Amino acid sequence: MIEFDAVRKEYPGGTVAVAGFSLRVPSHSVVALVGSSGSGKTTLLRMVNRMVEPTSGAVRIDDVDVRSLDPVGLRRSIGYVLQAGGLLPHRTVADNVATVPVLAGRSRREARADALGLLERVGLDPALADRYPAQLSGGQQQRVGVARALAADPDILLMDEPFGAVDPIVREQLQAELRALQAELGKTILFVTHDVDEAFALADEVVVLRAGAEIAQRGTPTEILAAPADDFVAAFVGAGTARRTLRIRELDGRRVVVDGDDRPTGVLEADAREGAP
Amino acid sequence: MNLVLDALAWLLDSANWDGRGGIGARILEHLGFSAAVVAAACAIGIPAGVAIGHSGRGRSLVIVLTSGARALPTLGLLTILGLALGIGLDAPFLALLVLALPPVLAGAYAGVESVARETVGASRAIGMTEWQLVRGVELPLAAPVLLGGVRSAALQVISTATLAAYVADTGLGRPLFEGLKTQRYDMMLGASLLVALLALVVELGFQLVQSAAARRAEPHRAPSGARERISA
Amino acid sequence: MTWLSQNLHIVWGLLADHLLLSVPPILLSLVISVPLGRLAAGSRRWRTPLLTGTGLLYAIPSLPLFIIIPAITGFALRSPATIITALTLYGCALLVRGAADAFASVPEDVRLAAEATGHSRWASFWRVELPLAGPVLLSSLRVVVVSTVSLVTVGAVIGTASLGTLFTDGFQRGIEASILTGIVLTVVVAVVLDALCVLAGRAAMPWRRTVSA
Repeated sequence: MIEFDAVRKEYPGGTVAVAGFSLRVPSHSVVALVGSSGSGKTTLLRMVNRMVEPTSGAVRIDDVDVRSLDPVGLRRSIGYVLQAGGLLPHRTVADNVATVPVLAGRSRREARADALGLLERVGLDPALADRYPAQLSGGQQQRVGVARALAADPDILLMDEPFGAVDPIVREQLQAELRALQAELGKTILFVTHDVDEAFALADEVVVLRAGAEIAQRGTPTEILAAPADDFVAAFVGAGTARRTLRIRELDGRRVVVDGDDRPTGVLEADAREGAP
Repeated sequence: MNLVLDALAWLLDSANWDGRGGIGARILEHLGFSAAVVAAACAIGIPAGVAIGHSGRGRSLVIVLTSGARALPTLGLLTILGLALGIGLDAPFLALLVLALPPVLAGAYAGVESVARETVGASRAIGMTEWQLVRGVELPLAAPVLLGGVRSAALQVISTATLAAYVADTGLGRPLFEGLKTQRYDMMLGASLLVALLALVVELGFQLVQSAAARRAEPHRAPSGARERISA
Repeated sequence: MTWLSQNLHIVWGLLADHLLLSVPPILLSLVISVPLGRLAAGSRRWRTPLLTGTGLLYAIPSLPLFIIIPAITGFALRSPATIITALTLYGCALLVRGAADAFASVPEDVRLAAEATGHSRWASFWRVELPLAGPVLLSSLRVVVVSTVSLVTVGAVIGTASLGTLFTDGFQRGIEASILTGIVLTVVVAVVLDALCVLAGRAAMPWRRTVSA
């Protein structure tokens, strides 16, 4: 469990990145911090592994204040996925994945062997192990980033705009794979994104942030979409736009879902609870 | 072209190669002295430049030093130190060190500075200590630019070590000045050709080392990085 | 200071000699390097030989070059022509690369736009490419200015008069004031000529308020 307890971050010069923020991220759940740039979401994420120290307040992991932990050891115990992977350009894919275990003292041979398994796990051909990051596509680099974060088998994964640098088709694919991986691994995942659809696609709980990391609304994706707390959240999630206002049209006994512009988006299947009319 | 032939004849005359003060000994002297100066410049300049690049503190110092050193006339430095420290190798060593330090410092600084911020941030985020970050990430990625600085320094030192013979009895500048004084153009020109050749060999050697470093730093698109060069 | 006041007329003369040896190679290397740099930037075939050649040229130490040039050209060893030729070669060694980088920095779409709006190649070079290459070109020219002014002094050891003569005379006669005067004046000349370049750059490129070094 990750707990933010009234954290505040003020930079010299008076800029307030986080005005006062509290949140509990339950173990084994996926929580998304969503907001536009300047909302302080990345600052919050970085407080967890002490890349940023709060001016006041505390971040606790399983009731231990992170300030009492050695930052380097703390960071090695937490998986971190960055936009575009944040890979080391001069090391091969396998060496990148093996970085943290090797830093922690595992032999390079063992760590590389484990890396091959992790590559398969994130959907990469182990034949890519000896390539360099720049020889991979954006989506492949992103997968390597996820594999590297998993290499030390951390309980917590932090993801900073993890799939922001890849095209929409690959992004959806990566999101689906992450969901499958999470169903299997059950990590505690905290991620930040400016893409509300990504938050809805991945998170158990979504936290919508205003400037200064003020919480505008938190809840499951369904709750937020069903009842945006105010105009800010409504505008942010696009409530009321053609894309979000779906209706059903009947065609030859099939029920087709269309959006506000009458564009079809899918077919409604009979649901056991609802029952066919 | 007669002059060149005479010079070649002087160069190829085995009598000129032997003994103390012979061409062979002078070449070794020249290279050994230059190597010592460059090593000293690296010992001071690389840690300092890496520290400045890593911490981002002291940037203006690098800029002032590099542009200042370019304007400083080498011969003036050599002669003033020669007067102050007397005949011997101290004066040229110090003068050459003053010349070699700025490019090494600037290369190390610029190399570390050029490492992408995201790469540095990501390395910290996954739990590298500052030392591991410097050794495992910044230094290998900075290597091509850093070596470019060392290369500039080495060339400048080899070049200026010739001039050092004006104030001290050392290196290939010696036969050059002797020829100048005694009006022996063959000796003067022969020594000049030899120094030029030496500089070219060192330059080419550094090019090879630098492209090897670039292959390591950017394994996927070598050797374009090898062309980085810090002008001194 | 007494030394300087007693030798003021000599120092003035050497300063004039120094300027006569520094300014021509700077201008000559600019005139030669711009077309060569454009050639290197525009043609793959010319790029490698030009840049490798000038790079190797730059590696040759100045003093040996002062002695090699008379052997090839037939100039007298102590003549200004020898120094000017050598320093022009150095200037080109730096500037051809600088000019190539400068022309390469002109965005391709701007070049295409010039062509599309009916500029001939000649007009495009003068009115579009050269002005846009200006800032990068200027920063390499400044490096050439400063290093040329410093290198002129080396000619003193073969007997060509310049501010460097203050070093050789001062060293042989043990007069520190002479050497110090030479160092200060050489740096001053470099700084003044560099400042002139910056001012000329500002006048010629009013759209760039700041010019980076």
